[in-house]
Amino acid sequence: MSLNLEDVARIALLSRIELSATERESTRDQLNGILGFIEQLQAVDTTGIEPMAHAVDVVQRLRPDVVTETDHRADFQAVAPETEAGLYLVPRVVE
Amino acid sequence: MNGLINSSLRQLSAALAAKKVSAVELATLFLDRIEKHNPALNAFITTDREKTLAQARNADQKVGADGTAISPLCGIPLGHKDIFCTQGWRTSCGSKMLANFVSPYDANVVAKLAAAGMVTLGKLNMDEFAMGSSNETSYFGPVKNPWDVSRVPGGSSGGSAAAIAARLTPAATGTDTGGSIRQPAALCGLTGLKPTYGVVSRYGMIAFASSLDQGGPMAKSAEDCALLLNAMAGFDPRDSTSLERPAEDYSRDLEQPLAGLKIGLPQEFFGEGMDADVRAAVDAALAEYRKLGATTVDVKLPNSGLSVPAYYVIAPAEASSNLSRFDGVRYGYRAPQYDDLTEMYSRSRAQGFGAEVKRRILIGTYVLSHGYYDAYYLKAQKIRRLIAADFVEAFKQCDVIMGPTSPSVAFAFGAKSADPVQMYLSDIYTISTNLAGLPGMSLPCGFGANNMPVGLQIIGNWFGEAKMLNVAHQYQKATDWHTRMPEGMK
Repeated sequence: MSLNLEDVARIALLSRIELSATERESTRDQLNGILGFIEQLQAVDTTGIEPMAHAVDVVQRLRPDVVTETDHRADFQAVAPETEAGLYLVPRVVE
Repeated sequence: MNGLINSSLRQLSAALAAKKVSAVELATLFLDRIEKHNPALNAFITTDREKTLAQARNADQKVGADGTAISPLCGIPLGHKDIFCTQGWRTSCGSKMLANFVSPYDANVVAKLAAAGMVTLGKLNMDEFAMGSSNETSYFGPVKNPWDVSRVPGGSSGGSAAAIAARLTPAATGTDTGGSIRQPAALCGLTGLKPTYGVVSRYGMIAFASSLDQGGPMAKSAEDCALLLNAMAGFDPRDSTSLERPAEDYSRDLEQPLAGLKIGLPQEFFGEGMDADVRAAVDAALAEYRKLGATTVDVKLPNSGLSVPAYYVIAPAEASSNLSRFDGVRYGYRAPQYDDLTEMYSRSRAQGFGAEVKRRILIGTYVLSHGYYDAYYLKAQKIRRLIAADFVEAFKQCDVIMGPTSPSVAFAFGAKSADPVQMYLSDIYTISTNLAGLPGMSLPCGFGANNMPVGLQIIGNWFGEAKMLNVAHQYQKATDWHTRMPEGMK
């Protein structure tokens, strides 16, 4: 499986990473190099093997449904690019 | 005073308790060394003398008139890898994306070490978002290896490794997703430990691949690492994969003799690919272990050759998900110009991330995308199970596994940066441990070509940290490789 320029453009859009036309070409070559390297996994027989998603088998812990956090809004928003009245500002999405 | 730069943490602790030195004097000693040597090394990327000295004054007040302190680490300085959120300090993760991010909170590890009275000297350079094996991907420029500044220090915890090797700090924190504590420890000639997954909290440690990331100590010796791990480990309800286990004293077995120890040698770690100078140093270390009463047994890890390709599916997949949080909205870099929301995201991420980080996000997005998930991601997870099962079998025959940490000594800048796959293969002996969740460590075992340090890797069974530290400490009592320091840094 080898990626073409359209594939790279689609992956870049899904990743929300802008790529210029020249970057798309070099990215295609590099990604194909990496995909060629990981292709060797396909030759392994994994019939009946359970996928291992995590290093340890743990179940999500439950905690009592009580308030444990205090209000840090001002601290957290101090590092935001743009805020107003406690809200994060982004370009208009609804016309 | 300058003799203290080679002291163990226990010796520093004793000197502080006896009031032979104060925490302020100790911090000043290392801050002065940072000022002198760091410009040539680029290991620290943020220092703040006032903040450090304030912490040191505070630590001095915690040492009572009789010399008793709140912990054996009280008053001892350390550096934090810049992946650990540190309240009031810039926490950049080696990226332009976070170049102006001053953390509003402390990582669990940072809070625990501060509560033990340790003094923060500054934040340490690293590969961007911990993605790299040479420190060449840092937005703040590469770290130089103190043994030879034309060579890489390893990565991603290269700043931590270089700073300890140059005696700019007695200890540092590191993180290890595929070898990022052990490989730089090997390349810079020091001791580093990646604990069993879940032993050290990931809260406030900026996530790369969450099922693999684990923080751990880096220092000059196994004894130092044991003391640091005692303060770093422990259950944290804010990390959903933190393990609820009784607290351990990781130094409890340091003095146990090694007679009867069974060392497993995976034939896959001693085949082609390892340089002759690395092999010679590792073989000599194994001979030393036999002298100490250990026996060696050949074991098999038949699927370990698949660990690098499996890792380069799993780690980028998890990274593509974790790094979606960097969107230029709540924190981090935002592009100056954009027409709509999608463009704001895409440009902020294009400009804020470096080439290797983008490459991994793109690969990860692809292997998780519709139609490819089963062929890549699920397949890699099944192979991960096979790799972990190999270790279960191997540990039926031995107490610890040994081999090289890295196939070569530190390489020159630029030697591998043009070909991502060549760089990925630097971690060929370390990655399987992360996939299995096992603890692994590296300790210095000699010098190879061009007088560069060689690291011996010890892989332990799950929760075998105390045993591994014992095995490393006994070797360090019989040898002096861990006490060597680079000439130019004296």
